[in-house]
Amino acid sequence: MAAPGAVGGGQGPAQAKGEIRFGEHLTAGMQIVRSAMTSGPGIGWVSLFLLLPLAGIGFISFMTRGANGEIQWPLTLDNYHRLAGFGLLGFDPQYPQIILRSLVLGAGTTLACLAAAFPLAFFIAGQPERRKQIALVLVVIPFWTNLLIRTYAWQILLGPGSTLATLASALGLVEEGRPLYPSTFAVYIGMLCAYLPFLVLPLYTAVEKLDWSIAEAAADLGADRLRVFRHAILPQLTPGMVAGIILVFIPATGQFVVPDLLGGAKTVMLGNAIQQQFGPSRDWPFGSAIAFVGMSVVLLGLLLQSRYSSRKGEEGLL
Amino acid sequence: MAGKSEMGVSGAQSTAVEVDRVSRRFASFVALDQVSLTIREGEFFSLLGPSGCGKTTLLRIIGGLDLPDDGIIRIGGIDAREIPAHRRPVNTVFQSYALFPHLTVRDNVAFGLKMKKVPAGEIATRVDEALAMVQIASFADRKPAQLSGGQKQRVALARALINRPKVLLLDEPLGALDLKLRKELQVELLALQRAVGITFIFVTHDQEEALVLSDRIAVMRAGKIEQLGEAEALYERPRNRFVSQFLGSCNLLEGEISGEEDGELRVSTPYGTMYAALQGESLVAGRKVTLAVRPEKVAIASPGEAGTNKVPGTVEQLIYIGSETHYILSTPGGKLTAYVMNSLLGPLGLEIGDRVTAYIPSSALLVLED
Repeated sequence: MAAPGAVGGGQGPAQAKGEIRFGEHLTAGMQIVRSAMTSGPGIGWVSLFLLLPLAGIGFISFMTRGANGEIQWPLTLDNYHRLAGFGLLGFDPQYPQIILRSLVLGAGTTLACLAAAFPLAFFIAGQPERRKQIALVLVVIPFWTNLLIRTYAWQILLGPGSTLATLASALGLVEEGRPLYPSTFAVYIGMLCAYLPFLVLPLYTAVEKLDWSIAEAAADLGADRLRVFRHAILPQLTPGMVAGIILVFIPATGQFVVPDLLGGAKTVMLGNAIQQQFGPSRDWPFGSAIAFVGMSVVLLGLLLQSRYSSRKGEEGLL
Repeated sequence: MAGKSEMGVSGAQSTAVEVDRVSRRFASFVALDQVSLTIREGEFFSLLGPSGCGKTTLLRIIGGLDLPDDGIIRIGGIDAREIPAHRRPVNTVFQSYALFPHLTVRDNVAFGLKMKKVPAGEIATRVDEALAMVQIASFADRKPAQLSGGQKQRVALARALINRPKVLLLDEPLGALDLKLRKELQVELLALQRAVGITFIFVTHDQEEALVLSDRIAVMRAGKIEQLGEAEALYERPRNRFVSQFLGSCNLLEGEISGEEDGELRVSTPYGTMYAALQGESLVAGRKVTLAVRPEKVAIASPGEAGTNKVPGTVEQLIYIGSETHYILSTPGGKLTAYVMNSLLGPLGLEIGDRVTAYIPSSALLVLED
């Protein structure tokens, strides 16, 4: 107890075993033990069930498919070569096209969701407290139904002879008697409905937290409505917007059920290309390569964006 | 000449802002009730009142951030009702500063000029000038989050003043700062206003701040102007109880007019018969009135002294605050507060329980309207 510097007696031998005191100084060893106790389980879980399998897939992508679909040596770059378009039959841009097509779908879905989410988020935030709760529940309700069922529902809603199809042809938007589905339009309707909530919810949170005095300051300093939005509102919404974009863009890029069901199953996307290799084609090494490249392209895009915006001093996507 | 008159000593000055019977209601709450006032070019004008009195609403209406339900606002003689905020020749310093968090100090200050499409070269020069004027040039590349409250305040000032507005609106700009910093900035703000010559309209609930800074003050309560005038006039001649209590403190003596003697009004009060110098009050014997006297104008004399306006009492409490001592006396009529300067002669040497006589000079007794 008489130890020098034992302020409050916390460091003395009299301290009860296992007692945790906040704010006390720890030795380096104890620091590690404490860290392991708190963040260890999470790190362990992610390592065991995400990083390890991912590393496995990465490794497999450099291996070779055996005659009967087995994974075997030697290590090779052939899978990536083939993915880049250099197949057995000479150059064929099929796979780069698939990746591009998926990225376009992801980006298009994100844009469509942004366009729809902005007015919706502001509308909900402008409602009185009680109606806000109801509106938010309505936004989330579609999640109570399976995505497949929702997508099939759109087949019916957009199908030949449906009210919407009749209306569209009456307005001259499509030729008489032609259905709205299958079409690119139908795909985007399905995608929008599947992913909109992921963008609306974080954006709505950001709108709720808006500091309107900054918008007033911008107006006071001579900004018209458009520039108030651009210079005072949008920068405040960026973090929420970024969170929403990530939540939509990444899964939308890998999505293949919706384009399959509403686009007429004619186009191959990243998702079903991978599924094809792991399933019917029994080419795990090539499937792994597609998965890896798809993931890398998305991550690279996010990384570039965050570099760019951190140089401008703004919030990045990562 | 009545204190309300706009034809003061400087009648030649032109008008910067004219507020004409402006009303503003929020649901059933009346924020402004037929408020009229004229603000002269180049003056430091304060709107003073407790929270909820409508002072900020009036400021926002002048700035175009809110619209009146009724009435007219003229800025520089032009009806401003149809002019949106971004085209009014006024700028605001917000209570919460409202700096753009994603922009550096330099970009914050440059914002107004960029919106007006001023050439980049001129913007750079003027930003440097503005930053130097409020002494924050060394923080030019920081973000608002990296600044202290006082520094943010300076940025907000520079950001508004750089646009050379006709009128600068300040919404409790010093409210969030600690007392010492606030006093320093008050001095700077006043010097700045004199230097740039721009009309300042300053909203505050701090009566001392208003007295220190303002050429003229409008004291507001419940959406109305209670009294408007120069700082000294407001303090020396408050019109009613509210103004007398809100601006400084006052002893209030309720009584009934009993007559007039030698140009002085005779009022019988629980403190005894009081004589108040006549200042044009309507004299109706029997009318109930309230007399007011500032505590620093109450003199303390030896016990037993008798005469007009002398009240016997005992010291109930004394508070020594350094430069002066506050005595709370208990008298037959009630409590009476006296502030006595601790001048060269030193404190009076009184203790609690001592018997004294309080003397209220008739010239210091004011007759209030309510």
